Amino acid sequence: MAQKVLVPCSSSSSCGNVQFSPSRVHTQAIAFGGGLSQSSSRKNKSLALKAVAAKGETSAPVTAKSGHEILLFDALREGLEEEMARDPTVCVMGEDVGHYGGSYKVTKGLAEKFGDLRVLDTPICENSFTGMGIGAAMTGLRTVVEGMNMGFLLLAYNQISNNAGMLHYTSGGQFKIPVVIRGPGGVGKQLGAEHSQRLESYFQSVPGLQMVACSTPYNAKGLMKAAIRSDNPVILYEHVLLYNLKERIPDEEYVLCLEEAELVRPGKDITILTYSRMRHFVLQAAKTLVERGYDPEIIDIRSLKPFDLFTIGNSIKKTHKVLIVEECMRTGGIGASLRAAIVDNFWDFLDGRPECLSSQDVPTPYAATLEDATVVQPAQIIVKVEQMLQGLI
Amino acid sequence: MAASSLASRAVASLSPSISTGASRDDAGSSSVVGFHKRSSAFTGRRVRISSGHGSSAAHGRRSCVVAATAAPVKESPPKIADIELVTREEGLELYEDMILGRCFEDMCAQMYYRSKMFGFVHLYNGQEAVSTGFVKALKKDDYICSTYRDHVHALSKGVPARQVMSELFGKATGCCRGQGGSMHMFSKEHRLLGGFAFIGEGIPVATGAAFNTKYSREVLKDLSVDAVTLAFFGDGTCNNGQFFECLNMAALWKLPIVYVVENNLWAIGMDHFRATSVPEIWKKGEAFGMPGVHVDGMDVLKVREVAKEAIARARRGDGPTLVECETYRYRGHSLADPDELRKPEQKNKYAVRDPIAAFKKYLLENGLASEADLKAIEKKIDEIVEDAVEFADASPLPPRSQLLENVFADPRGFGIGPDGKYRCEDPAFTAGTAEV
Repeated sequence: MAQKVLVPCSSSSSCGNVQFSPSRVHTQAIAFGGGLSQSSSRKNKSLALKAVAAKGETSAPVTAKSGHEILLFDALREGLEEEMARDPTVCVMGEDVGHYGGSYKVTKGLAEKFGDLRVLDTPICENSFTGMGIGAAMTGLRTVVEGMNMGFLLLAYNQISNNAGMLHYTSGGQFKIPVVIRGPGGVGKQLGAEHSQRLESYFQSVPGLQMVACSTPYNAKGLMKAAIRSDNPVILYEHVLLYNLKERIPDEEYVLCLEEAELVRPGKDITILTYSRMRHFVLQAAKTLVERGYDPEIIDIRSLKPFDLFTIGNSIKKTHKVLIVEECMRTGGIGASLRAAIVDNFWDFLDGRPECLSSQDVPTPYAATLEDATVVQPAQIIVKVEQMLQGLI
Repeated sequence: MAASSLASRAVASLSPSISTGASRDDAGSSSVVGFHKRSSAFTGRRVRISSGHGSSAAHGRRSCVVAATAAPVKESPPKIADIELVTREEGLELYEDMILGRCFEDMCAQMYYRSKMFGFVHLYNGQEAVSTGFVKALKKDDYICSTYRDHVHALSKGVPARQVMSELFGKATGCCRGQGGSMHMFSKEHRLLGGFAFIGEGIPVATGAAFNTKYSREVLKDLSVDAVTLAFFGDGTCNNGQFFECLNMAALWKLPIVYVVENNLWAIGMDHFRATSVPEIWKKGEAFGMPGVHVDGMDVLKVREVAKEAIARARRGDGPTLVECETYRYRGHSLADPDELRKPEQKNKYAVRDPIAAFKKYLLENGLASEADLKAIEKKIDEIVEDAVEFADASPLPPRSQLLENVFADPRGFGIGPDGKYRCEDPAFTAGTAEV
């Protein structure tokens, strides 16, 4: 069936022919399929602010009547299925992706539809099957490698660093590696330290990799499609606790821009930069902050590497204050890199130092109270923002 | 059918004293190999070998056998009429390729000590029969994947000597624009998938290329794709996880790949027998349900016979083969290796089995070439290698502006700058300064 692609954003890039869809402003409620409600303001600011400088094109707003409701894992699956139907060289490999349908159901039904070779159940050998995916990509396929948990990809670090990241360069540009490496990461509910890792922290330095993190069904599907179409090796970070997020997404086909951040809530008092699950904690904290009269601008950076310095910079130039809220550990995380990038690029626009709320430098404990204490909680966000806006820090 | 013809032909070996079936620890003797006559390494059936291992423990060596022979070794050189191992053309091609490999590597040593190439350089002297024997049995569309000891694999596959030498000199005209170096030779045109510095990390890449062939045929329904992949690696790698993991997957999915072990008995300073509980690497194929074959890697014709059969097996869809080539490197692990641990007796033992000298003798004795023919080839190769050096010398170094060019296939991966433009569009960014 014919699928209409949304009008491309104007982005001054002339680097390629890919059509991007403009970023959306999320002011609608995003319901958690599991239980936590998020009855945020339906202020109907149908602003369609673009992340990158707009030159007057239209966006296609999703009204309450159009589109379809979907859970995040299913949105990922939809994106993957569309790309597999569109391009027969797209294939998936990983543990239990085939007959089992994926440990988080992202590949449910795909093996039945596309066959066991296109949705390949691998033995448990991350380094080797990731390398196999890379070899297949070098020679013409577009592979999607799933880490059942992103933490397992530590076993594939050899292949991800040396071959996914470096091989295009060391071959002098002869071979491209259009591989997508994806899977669930982040701190879950008492999954223990090894299943609660933030691999974006470890992979960010590898040259040659792009990294994106999805946080809503809308951006999950759009980023999945964009990652598959990209000729670069892309790591797509999903979060264990976000798979049951529900949202209404467009029926029409759309592909998001890998390098763009998403303006979630416009504001003028402070810039809050976040991604993945922390976005939702920030939104939760924002309810209270707004009630207390503050006006935070919330940006889901989405692109963990490279950073969208345009969106981030425009916001800082407006608010002069920035708080990063992340799930990585204090040491060496995305927040650490982002702070450095902000200081390097926007020093003159800052009223104070860029602040960062990160997880504790602790192997995530099993006990619920300790686990809650390792990650940032909405209450901490509220306190921090108030301190910053009251000039206390 | 293939087994018996292979068997009778393999009898006519180049060096009858080191026959198929001989015990490795004693060049003169031959322990008789008892085996199932109808078994072929390539059908995956078990080959029974004699239990003559005990005595070799004292020497630190074990018997290894070629599974594919059927008759006792003849002592005298066979008559021409009995042999159809190579034609004159094929013979000259093989000879030329081995001479190219040897001459090129010798030149590398010279250039390294004259500070024209740098870093870690691993030379292939002594192992030429493996590269020539295998790679010359391939078609142009077939893939090969190597390790850091990759110069000669690249040359055998067809990468011009000029491009390899330039790469080694770090020049912009190198096959990887000077960005890879000795350990990272790649060629899209010649289907060389690398060039890897960490042992074992190339094996999954090779396995992926083989997976692509299967995918192209079975999913994309393109039966014109029948590329076979060869993965070359050493004895040390055979204790690495990626080796075993890939043998498993290749056998599971019957991938069109041949795993070629270049067992030169040493992993830098680590003797293979000190590192490996079961030193017969070929035996490990069986653990994964694929044929494991041992071959004398100093004998280009034997290697070639085994190669042809393994490649044919892969191409017809019967799956992978593990081939262990017993070989030896005449130089140290790298040009930085003082090579003090290997005993002179061992080195001499393999020096007399120089694959090039042996094949030269074979060609002359069997009337396939004259001295003049071979001298002409040697001269031609000398000129090619000299020319490669001159070309590399005269080539430019990569300019600063090249630094960022190949980090991403899609340079939008550098992201969006503060001004809203993609970084790759910003000349200040791409000028390759250290500031990003």
